[in-house]
Amino acid sequence: MRTIRIGSGAGYSGDRIEPAVELAERGGLDYLGFECLAERTIALAQGEKLRDPRSGFDPLLAARMEAALPACRANGVRVITNMGAANPPAAARTTAEVARRLGLSGLRVAAVTGDDVLDLVREDPDDYALLERPGTAADLGDSLRSANAYMGIAGIIEALRGGADVVITGRVGDPALFVAPLVHEFGWAMDDWDRLGKGTVVGHLLECAGQITGGYFADPGRKDVPGLARLGFPIAEVAEDGSAVITKVEGSGGRVSIASCKEQLLYELLDPASYLQPDVTADFSGVRFTELAPDRVAVAGGAGRRRPETLKVSLGYLDSYVGEGQISYAGPGAVARGRLALEIVRERLKLTGVRATETRFELIGVDAVRLGGEREAYADPAEVRVRVAGRTDSMAEAIRIGNEVETLYTNGPAGGGGARRSARQVVAVVSTLIPQAAVRPAVHYEVA
Amino acid sequence: MKLRELAHARTGDKGDTSQISVIAYDPGDYAFLAEHVTAERVRAHFAAIVRGKVIRYKLPGLGALNFVMTRALAGGVTRSLSLDAHGKCLGTVLLELEIPDRQRRHDSRAAAAASGEAGIAAAPLVPSSE
Repeated sequence: MRTIRIGSGAGYSGDRIEPAVELAERGGLDYLGFECLAERTIALAQGEKLRDPRSGFDPLLAARMEAALPACRANGVRVITNMGAANPPAAARTTAEVARRLGLSGLRVAAVTGDDVLDLVREDPDDYALLERPGTAADLGDSLRSANAYMGIAGIIEALRGGADVVITGRVGDPALFVAPLVHEFGWAMDDWDRLGKGTVVGHLLECAGQITGGYFADPGRKDVPGLARLGFPIAEVAEDGSAVITKVEGSGGRVSIASCKEQLLYELLDPASYLQPDVTADFSGVRFTELAPDRVAVAGGAGRRRPETLKVSLGYLDSYVGEGQISYAGPGAVARGRLALEIVRERLKLTGVRATETRFELIGVDAVRLGGEREAYADPAEVRVRVAGRTDSMAEAIRIGNEVETLYTNGPAGGGGARRSARQVVAVVSTLIPQAAVRPAVHYEVA
Repeated sequence: MKLRELAHARTGDKGDTSQISVIAYDPGDYAFLAEHVTAERVRAHFAAIVRGKVIRYKLPGLGALNFVMTRALAGGVTRSLSLDAHGKCLGTVLLELEIPDRQRRHDSRAAAAASGEAGIAAAPLVPSSE
């Protein structure tokens, strides 16, 4: 049976670059996908685009393209990525410029747009109920900065049919980056729910790159993984019936095992029988893995049902400001001095009138991450790090939170060192739904 | 014994919802885990952070349980004040859950690893006791 080989070159915006180059050079690939768009990224990118219309896409786009495109061109590997963020056309122009600089003339770069539905939401904000809390988009008022629908595979497929060597999107469902080339190559029908469901399993397994080849997995003595410093990124060999084998470049670091595949299959899943995607409601509950050989795991048993009537939309809005400060204490009595430091800062914020709507006072190494659980008597750590964070309505007050930690140097308990402070504006994300019919992809081309 | 003896886990997040998969090293331990690692136990373990509910999905074919905890991430990664805003550490915190002692079936683990069924050939066949 004919198979298509798809590699995953990034699991998030800041991911390592060399594993993607390794895939393009030695992966025997037909396609290379890069998933680089986190929930909030597009809202931040929207702000950059407002300041400069030539920006608003992934900051590592040029570096990734420069590193991977020569091998992709040489080996006939087509690239699909959501690095367009808030500005796929500008990302396509930049990619074409990189290609020209590299001498890859004629390289065809497609920009897929249509996910930006901010105008629609602003027109009738009352129509868009929020999913996470009561209210509608209208309640976000002027703080609303971006609205992007999770589009499906249609725009990417149109670009592939149009001969694109590189396809750059904004917001699409993450698995769509990998499902689109399967539908394009195998000619699956857009209502072949079963195959679309199987393709979604493959896309979901690939989309976090190194998380299926041994990253986010190793636990020394339990789940040992060799060569994490040169972790290989995954390849899926997908057959026309939607079954697949997950593997990686021979000789690269990491390990593809049934256990790593199971962890990634369930990653970020809510109801495993109803994984809602723009093109299909995928069912992961019947998926089975079989190890064929070391670093070769077969996946079968995915299924699917009719797609949802609506698309999820991420709404980015200006939420608040957060100020933070940290300082370390070590040696005997470190925990007691850390607790004293927290009490001092708590009182200082009151005395100086910093109005914080939400705060955290904690000791990293004691109770910052491991809240609750079945506590047992852990021995006091040899060092702790005081952490105070607070949410405010203004940047000025956020800055004062970090300052009150820093002044512990000369005003607080004995031996406080390594103070750091930060303050930032928070762009947060909530979700709503939009009818599928309201969102239409459009494709533009740039040629190097 | 601790849950860590029998299972591994991975944490994901969707907005303010945290999700933890608990996967049996040996599929033969799945029924035992399903009996003892209930939504109520997990809710109690994370009582300090989960403000919503805990839903458990069973995946007997994978030998896995999927826990979905709503209102568990202080508003979600985009606005949480938490040091670990994604809640990535929560899965390993769940592995310290106390479960009744169960005779480890070392032989079956070794056999499964050799046949590739458990897929943990790189892990030691007999877990060290810590």
